[in-house]
Parts: sequence; C-alpha cells; structure tokens
Amino acid sequence: MGGHHPNLTSGATEADAPHSQVLRLGAERPLTMDAGVALAPLSIAYQTYGALNNSKTNAILVCHALTGDQHVANRNPVTGKDGWWDTMVGPGKPIDTNRFFVICANVVGGCMGTTGPASTNPATGGAYGLALPLVTIADMVRAQAMLIDHLGIGTLFCVAGGSMGGMQVLQWAASYPERVYCALPIATSAKHSSQNIAFHEVGRQAIMADPDWRNGRYLAEGVNPAKGLAVARMAAHITYLSDSALQRKFGRKLQNRTERTFSFGADFQIESYLRHQGSIFVERFDPNSYLFMTRAMDYFDLAADYDGSLARAFKASKTRFCVVSFTSDWLFPTSDSRALVHALNAGGASVSFVEIETDRGHDAFLLDVPDLIATTKGFIDAAARARGIAPATASSGA
Amino acid sequence: MTTIAAAPQSRIDLVRVAEMVEPRARVLDVGCGDGALLRLLAETREVDGRGIEISQRGVNDCVAKGLSVIQGDADTDLADYPDDSFDYVILSQTLQATRQPRVVMEHMLRIGRRAIVSFPNFGHWRIRAQIAFKGRMPVTQNLGHSWYDTPNIHFCTIRDFVILTREIDARIETSVALNSLGYPLQLNLPWWAWNLLGEQAVFLLRRQR
Repeated sequence: MGGHHPNLTSGATEADAPHSQVLRLGAERPLTMDAGVALAPLSIAYQTYGALNNSKTNAILVCHALTGDQHVANRNPVTGKDGWWDTMVGPGKPIDTNRFFVICANVVGGCMGTTGPASTNPATGGAYGLALPLVTIADMVRAQAMLIDHLGIGTLFCVAGGSMGGMQVLQWAASYPERVYCALPIATSAKHSSQNIAFHEVGRQAIMADPDWRNGRYLAEGVNPAKGLAVARMAAHITYLSDSALQRKFGRKLQNRTERTFSFGADFQIESYLRHQGSIFVERFDPNSYLFMTRAMDYFDLAADYDGSLARAFKASKTRFCVVSFTSDWLFPTSDSRALVHALNAGGASVSFVEIETDRGHDAFLLDVPDLIATTKGFIDAAARARGIAPATASSGA
Repeated sequence: MTTIAAAPQSRIDLVRVAEMVEPRARVLDVGCGDGALLRLLAETREVDGRGIEISQRGVNDCVAKGLSVIQGDADTDLADYPDDSFDYVILSQTLQATRQPRVVMEHMLRIGRRAIVSFPNFGHWRIRAQIAFKGRMPVTQNLGHSWYDTPNIHFCTIRDFVILTREIDARIETSVALNSLGYPLQLNLPWWAWNLLGEQAVFLLRRQR
C-alpha cells in the first residue's frame, strides 16, 4: 500500500497513470502481436537517463525481468526503493549515464503504465484482465522498437538485460540485427526449459486457485487474489537463490524464538523471509500481469522461429555479444548460455562469454557482484570505443 | 591452459607468433590466457581477434579488457566451429596441455586457413640432460611443474611435431626455433640442431590442398 509514504503511489494506480513518460499510440499504429491480433491503442511507459548525442549513436536500451519495471536507476514510485539495476546503471557505472542515453520501458503486459491486463480497456471502460491477448517476448520487443522509432533512434548502441530481459536482448538481436550494435544477455536462455515452465505453472495455479482471482475479473469485483500471488512469488523466489546461499543466510535458524512451537507458524527464518517477500510483492504487482509475464517466458523459444536452428537466428550478425552466466544459477544454468554461445559462434557472430563464480544464484545479475561489474564495463567500454562514442563528460562521477 | 609456461621470457614467443599474422586477419587464439597475444595482435596487426580460454580468471580478465573471449576447452569446443571461419587459428604454449593434440591440430586446420602453433621443445639438451644424468623428470625455468602436478600431459620434441604435421597433411610454411632467451636460432642450422638447441618452436602451418 505504501499510503503512509507521502510520495509513494500504490501499484494499482501506476497501470493507468504511471510516474513515467508515456508514448501513446493510437489506432493508426497498432502493435501486431504473435497471437494474431493488432493491439490498439497502446501505451508504453518509459524512463530515460543521460543525453542522446548528436549522431544518435549512444543509446542503450535496458530490458527488465519478469517482475521488473522501467525504473531501472531512479527511486521507484511504488516501493520507494532505489532503481532495480542501480549497480549497473548510473554515473560511472558500466551503463554510464554520463556517457550513454539509457532507455528502459515497461514491457507490454506489465503493470507499471505500459498496456497490460490491469490497464483500462477503452472498449469496455474496465480493466483488460484476460481479454488482453497473450503477450510474447517478440511482442514486447516489437513495442520497444516502436518506442525507439519514436525517439528517432536508428541503431541502438547496446541492448542489455538479465533473465526475461536477456530473452528480449536475444529477440532484439535476432529480429533487428542491424539495429543492435552490441548485446548483453545475462543469466538467460534462448528458450525456457521444461523445469522453468513447471515452476511458472505452479505460480499461475497458485494465483488462479485464490478464490479472489475470480477468473481474472478481481479488479472489476473489487477484490485482490493477494494470497495466491504471494505464494507464486514465494515459490519463484526460491528459484532465484542458491541452496548454499540459503544455507549460509538462514540455515535452520529459528525466527525470534528459541524453541520450535509445534505449530505451522513461521518457526524458521527462511519461512518468515519468504512470507515477507510474498507480502511486499503483492503491494506492487498485478496478479494477472504475473500470469502474462510468466506465459511470455514459457513461450520463448528463439530457435523455433528459425527452423529449429539457433545459429540461423544469428546468421551473419554483426552485433557484438557478451553472454554472462553465474555458477550457482540453476534457473538459467551456464549450460543454457553455453548453447547460446555455440550458436553464436556457429553463426559467425562476435561473442564473449563469461561464467561468473558466485553463490548468489539467479538473482546475482541484480546484485553488486564485482566480476559482473568489471566484465560488463570492459565489454561496453571496448564496444563504445569501436563505435566512436565520446568518453563520459567531465562532470562524470564514480 | 596457457597459465602453463608463464615464465616471462616465454612471452617473447608471442612476438614471433604475431610476426606470422597478416594484418587485419581473422584470428582465433585457442588457450588465450589473459589475452596478451590478442592484445598484441590488435595493437600491431589490427586483427579481428577471438579467444577461447579454459580458466575462469583468464576469460574474465580478457572480457574486462574488451577482448572477445569465451570460456571453453580446446579439446571439446573446437568441434563446434564451422570450417574456414578464421584466417589463423593460434595455439600458443597450449598443445602440450591438450588431451588429444592431434585432434586439436586437425580442428585448427579445418577452422582456419592457417594454423600457428608454439610449444616447448622437449628435445632441448637441458631436458635431455636431466633425464640422462639426473634420472629425473625435467623441471626447467619455462616448465616449472613437477611430474605429479603438471598440466602438461603431451610433451613433444620439434622432431615429433614435424612428423605429426606430415601425418595430418599439414604443410609447414614457416618454422622457427627459439633459444632460452626467446631469440630465433640461425635459420641454416639442421633439424637435429634445432631439436637440441631450441627451447621453444613456432610453426606456421597450412592445409595441403
């Protein structure tokens, strides 16, 4: 709710009235969706940082993950917390806002101002809910391309993102190879695995099993399937962490008690932690949007669009790639990244690949991991030199 | 992989390798270590360079320097590269650490139009002397590991290497033996002298058509 913070808004109001710039496209510019529908009107909520240079060569598009949003490097208007990729984006950071023009847009199907299930459907005056066509990663990228067109940018210097954001990076490089100078897909995969689809299905079923979900019509009926969404988040959160990190952080430690209570209360710290993660998530995220986002990831299989050959997706690509994985990430394991690297090599693309040693699991891409910062900075700086982008302005601070 | 012969003077062989590469070529450096050769090639030859390196640390260092390097193993990952995708495939001080040197060499000549291989010569007189007179496995300045912890599992002499090039139908375009300081031996010496006096050797090979 966050209502007690004077400058914070509730997640629900962001869907139609976001604290962001919004590109509004009318019926004359519909989004062609993979589901076979043209979506119009379309709103795209986005944030920008830094300045576009005269030759328009210094634009970086950051793509957000499943539950992320466009507030990549500013205080989030709903949670009041720092931007979700504060470690990577900002003055003196690898994605240096003193050097680059950084764009981040809420994805289609999201709930932070870009058209999604919580947005008002102009045809009915109520929220879209499940009437919104299912969204794919390619749909998200097509909408982003419309935003990039609107900003007058031909070729993006870099497209970067982790997890579902990484899927968008790969889709960008495959769909618009001439518009992506370099690509930074992190902790991601060219297709969602069976295990990952399984975890997502558990999350969706938890939401849909909540009696307040009401077949997706909870907004119209004035209820909120918060319990179901919280369970979905709790289950998913486990997959973002590694076994060893959980053991190190929580072990079997008890929560504010010295003895087991012989009840189903949150005896263990890990239980209390997960319940907390669930409860803060439901304050900022729309349950239907969670269904749409997870489905988009499940449907992602880049090779399928290229006769089953991932190498063909990147054939003769001039884009420079830097693929990053983490040793303890079992959701998007290094083997996924390696398959991607093999395909890029077979397609003749320029590719770097780093597997970073950390016990912080899939979430490592969001965290201050020194090897991640150093390697991405090296990659981006070298590519920027090759692209002829001027160094950061004198005012740059670290 | 290239962490093996890390003695400073062995880096002189990188200069010899770089001299064999035509400017602006496409180069794959197998076992590129911390990227010293790729950097040298970029600076002096303006090559389009890529690297494969087995050690995590090496790859991270390379990428942080802006080099295109992937983590991988010469023994397993070269098979994934298409034919003729590079002008040169370089194996610098790494051959002796591969499990299947012959297979690696064959892949190099398939992937690249030319291959450059540098390796420590196990026929050098100092190494021969250690086995002959001390009766011990050789440990030298350039090859500082004991037999039980060495990553170098397939040593060869210059002569052995020349025989292998014949067996895999490679033509030797250039070859040079280097002394302990990394300087080339005289060109007009016979093979047996190279095999005795050369501490390292560098070969530029190409496929027989």
